[in-house]
Amino acid sequence: MENPVKVDAINSLNDFVIKFANVNGTGSASANQMFAKSIFRMGIPISPKNIFPSNIQGLPTWFEVRVNNKGYLGSRGGVDIAVAMNPQTYSQDVEEISEGGYLLYDSTWKRNFNRDDITIIEIPLTQLCVDSFTNAKQRALFKNIAYVGALSPLLEIEYEVLEKLISEQFVNKPALIEPNIKALNIGRDYVLKNLPYPLGINVKREDKLKDKILVSGNDACGLGAVYGGATFCSWYPITPSTSVAEGFEKYASKYRVDSQTGKNNYISLQAEDELAAVGMAIGANWNGARGFTATSGPGISLMSEFLGLAYFAEVPLVLFNIQRGGPSTGMPTRTQQSDILSCAYASHGDTKHVLLFPEDPQECFEFSAEAFNLAERLQTPVFVISDLDIGMNDWVTDKFEWDDEQKYDRGKVLKAEDLDQMDNFGRYLDIDDDGICYRTYPGTHPEKGAFFTRGTSHDEYARYTENGDINEQTLTRLVKKFRTASELVPNPIINLSEKQGSSGVIFYGSTSAAMYEAKDILIENNIDVDLMRIRSFPFNLDVWEFIENHDLIYVIEQNRDSQMRTLIMAEGGISAEKLRSLVWFNGDPIQAKFIAKKIYERESQQALIT
Amino acid sequence: MSYFKPINKHPNLEKNKLGLTRRDYEGGVSTLCAGCGHDSISACIIEACFRLNIEAYKVAKLSGIGCSSKAPAYFLNASHGFNSVHGRMPSIATGANCANEDLLYLGVSGDGDSASIGIGQFIHAIRRQVNMVYFVENNGTYGLTKGQFSATNDLESKNKYGEDNLFPPIDLTSMAIQMGASYVARSFSGDRDQLVPLIMGAIQHKGFALLDIISPCVTFNNHDSSTKSYDYIRNHNEAMGKTDFVPLGEEIKTNYDDGSSVEVKLHDGSRLSLEKTDHNFDPTDAGNSLELIREKNKEGKIITGLLYVDNKCKPLTEIMDLPDKPLNTLEQDELCPGSEVLDEINKGLS
Repeated sequence: MENPVKVDAINSLNDFVIKFANVNGTGSASANQMFAKSIFRMGIPISPKNIFPSNIQGLPTWFEVRVNNKGYLGSRGGVDIAVAMNPQTYSQDVEEISEGGYLLYDSTWKRNFNRDDITIIEIPLTQLCVDSFTNAKQRALFKNIAYVGALSPLLEIEYEVLEKLISEQFVNKPALIEPNIKALNIGRDYVLKNLPYPLGINVKREDKLKDKILVSGNDACGLGAVYGGATFCSWYPITPSTSVAEGFEKYASKYRVDSQTGKNNYISLQAEDELAAVGMAIGANWNGARGFTATSGPGISLMSEFLGLAYFAEVPLVLFNIQRGGPSTGMPTRTQQSDILSCAYASHGDTKHVLLFPEDPQECFEFSAEAFNLAERLQTPVFVISDLDIGMNDWVTDKFEWDDEQKYDRGKVLKAEDLDQMDNFGRYLDIDDDGICYRTYPGTHPEKGAFFTRGTSHDEYARYTENGDINEQTLTRLVKKFRTASELVPNPIINLSEKQGSSGVIFYGSTSAAMYEAKDILIENNIDVDLMRIRSFPFNLDVWEFIENHDLIYVIEQNRDSQMRTLIMAEGGISAEKLRSLVWFNGDPIQAKFIAKKIYERESQQALIT
Repeated sequence: MSYFKPINKHPNLEKNKLGLTRRDYEGGVSTLCAGCGHDSISACIIEACFRLNIEAYKVAKLSGIGCSSKAPAYFLNASHGFNSVHGRMPSIATGANCANEDLLYLGVSGDGDSASIGIGQFIHAIRRQVNMVYFVENNGTYGLTKGQFSATNDLESKNKYGEDNLFPPIDLTSMAIQMGASYVARSFSGDRDQLVPLIMGAIQHKGFALLDIISPCVTFNNHDSSTKSYDYIRNHNEAMGKTDFVPLGEEIKTNYDDGSSVEVKLHDGSRLSLEKTDHNFDPTDAGNSLELIREKNKEGKIITGLLYVDNKCKPLTEIMDLPDKPLNTLEQDELCPGSEVLDEINKGLS
């Protein structure tokens, strides 16, 4: 190690941020994931984040892992260790290392970094790989595994854990195990022979992750759709939602193939565009199959006309919106929560849609499966609204659970026997006075139950009408149905402080991780707040009661215009003064420090020093 | 509005093998203009379904937006119908077809719906070989919005207001053949003798069947496009007196000998040149079909009849390896892998 450090090096056990700077398309992703998983396997909570460009090869990409034994999974900010493998971004990567932090770089080409307050670890990774491998591709690829190997003694990562991960990864390609282990050893041995170890920052096995899994939100959504009984998926490629369809295909191709015939009890169809993707899913649902599509903001814009049709003609539909940075094409590989309003009111005319807001992959799984019940019960589109942060990053989350006793709710569907008992079938007759009418699938009964689904104004028998009173009745009934929906969707999670008269905080989705941490920071600073995590729209009585019971409520969101706040104001007639907007929209995941600071400053009228 | 016809069953009406009369295949009373070619097509669909002993409730009628897309309300009352959004019926049909391939899918569209706003979905439904009969009720104009040019309107023709059409037409039949449609026919709404068998063939066909049916719009594209004379206006003052006035008319019908080319006089004296497919023509050779269509187009003639057929094609549901049992009939125990499998998945993620 060169550059004697002028300040104290950071000393920290199981609590730090490490950031890998790579060039995309060089095979670094799997090495970085292996690193993250090794810490996870040692029972220590981690939150890995991919920070990547909208590009295939050659541009900078980063992988940041927060290791935190308290289980804080939100983005922390700051970097304690940088593994800088991309000379293009050296200056930026080195600059953001915290005072007392560490830099590991490929010293095959030596550099001066003008930082005398960090520890610089030099390992000639390229040279070591050139000496050990003959194949040019392998030399480049194994550099990544070699730095993971080097981190093993430096951070005290259990070497056996890494070995096991390699053998698991290549279980179907055993020939690749040996060279990967060799690469791992190259990095490790270099450190053991040439460098002091471990660093002041290191890890030690803990037992914090019993019953936890490491999975991305999109994978969980895809699996939830398999468990929720989806047989039809139509989609158009768009970052960051594509891996929802891929997740569905991955699990369906394993668990949905008929063991007798070998036929697929599902279909996943790549559409020609988002309009067709949503149209196909609507067609499948109209015909009684559980169908869904997955998209992101631009796709919502394109699908809007069809969403109005499904709303007005009352066809079930499940739609996953994995939000990214907007507006327009925006920041396709960054995260935001900026489609709340465009989804809540998608399409022209008076429309309102059911929205679900999962906070992590476990809830993505749960809401994904439940969305199909809600869509069929309510005969309307149901949006599962996630974002890039939840969707494309792996999260430590509760393991998935499924109750085998719980049956699918296929909603109000009349069978041939039911129709035989009826004299008068009307598709849009509100017989039960809950706004939800009875539907039939095509092909059910030779004489009864046929109707004409249409986006034009229609009467209770699905006949076209230009009678304004009848159309008004239909639109009013849809409001009644929406009220019924508010009783069926997931409740908010409310967490009241011990102190009476505390301010309230409303948040949702991927903001959760940062919010829970912010609450702890605030408590340390003698400020307590009441939390309400909104999990769905329409809002139910619990939401309104929480708002009613607080004089001041912070609404924390990852968009510029405080869209959830607008939705609350519009739907509940809540005054603007009561709801204080607290927004973060730079495209990176929101940080606890930011939330805590803003709330502290407002509550105590003084600055928060952290 | 939808009007329902009174059902007066005459005891001597002809019955098919299901014991049904043509009346049983009817729909609501049409609200299209009197004499509209689309109503003739609906009648031909009724006739084809009657003759083929189709169970109406096993049919799904799908459409987009436009005059043509209203038509499904006017036939097969016992079938479910879906009048979707403009140009997007093919995607509805694709999803519905995958959910239950046991139904017969009749898609009814127009030239605005399929050749303009929905051309992308139209092409992709063809290339995916969705098993359906796709009717384009082709009148070269936007009727509901009062007579704008459509993309199938010929270059030389004028609209009702005398304006020239500046852009060449899209030939749906040759486009469909190139995209992989496996049954392609063109016909004329007034030629029942030709159209009914073509529809019957299309219903029987498995794969994407296109019926491009020239169906004159009596209200907006029924003028003599080569003249804008005073005489023309005078002779048709009912139509032109007020732009949105719809004159009464009669259904256009024609009969002619096999193999001959005939000119059909429309209501207003303008003409269609129709030629039937030659009996020596081999409709299974796509190259020949395309060449024939191109040649006849060049001669200013409209070739009608069965233009192309490929009986060996695989429909979408086969390509995707779907089970014989429709997806919409699968039950929870066939769909949900259950908690034990989930435990295994959890293990793989830890």
